Amino acid sequence: MAVKKFMYVNRKAPYGTVYALESLEVVLIGAAFDQDVSLAFIGDGVYELTKGQNTDAIGQKNFSPVYSALGDYDVNKIYVEKESLEERGLTLDDLQHLVWEDEDEDWAEKDSIRLVSRADLADVMAEQDICLSF
Amino acid sequence: MKFSIQINEGPYQHQASDTAYQFAKAALAAGHEVFRVFFYHDGVYNATKLAVPPQDDRDIPKLWSALSKENNLDLVVCIAAAQRRGMMDADEAKRQGFSDDNLIEGFRISGLGQLIEAGIESDRLVVFGA
Repeated sequence: MAVKKFMYVNRKAPYGTVYALESLEVVLIGAAFDQDVSLAFIGDGVYELTKGQNTDAIGQKNFSPVYSALGDYDVNKIYVEKESLEERGLTLDDLQHLVWEDEDEDWAEKDSIRLVSRADLADVMAEQDICLSF
Repeated sequence: MKFSIQINEGPYQHQASDTAYQFAKAALAAGHEVFRVFFYHDGVYNATKLAVPPQDDRDIPKLWSALSKENNLDLVVCIAAAQRRGMMDADEAKRQGFSDDNLIEGFRISGLGQLIEAGIESDRLVVFGA
């Protein structure tokens, strides 16, 4: 089967709507198809990756630990839009530290998150075959 | 061209399903192929057989059902999204101990892999809603 470039674009806060959770479900299933996968977090979507999430008071499942497992699914190109972080008063330090292990370099641990400008992310999007937005 | 379509919103609340329907119809009329229509998020509600809209309004589930019949369209409802929202086919209803299913003719329930496959197999995957 042909390999295509799939990008999952996450635009919503993690709670309030179900899009973030159901996006993650597609990413995990899609990982089994050996495609070229990347994730983008833009707008309120950057909140999905914040660390220290606690959902006790809203009675919903905290699914944020799942993001740290993405590296094990070979999902290791995670683009975070710089302007979206800044507009919300966030920095990379507010996000989970997501890593993956590079098989070709003796399983060296590498960062999954790539902080990119809005303009650069537009270029990455233009290279994709499929953009699924959530 | 070979298209697939993803619908992310339920009927009536949002225009996504209406627009996708018009898109699918127009694509087929123009001689294109529609490989698959995949219903995700609240989009799974487009497959209900229990909708009774006012007589002067369109019946969205029935429109899809008819379009499927006329064109042998593959209408797939995501099982993960469907299960948490109470949409089920006859087999699943039986398994869960419900007296009846609520899926209109022409739709089938399957996994998210069907969406990924649609992306791989089609020239374009067009997303409506969300």
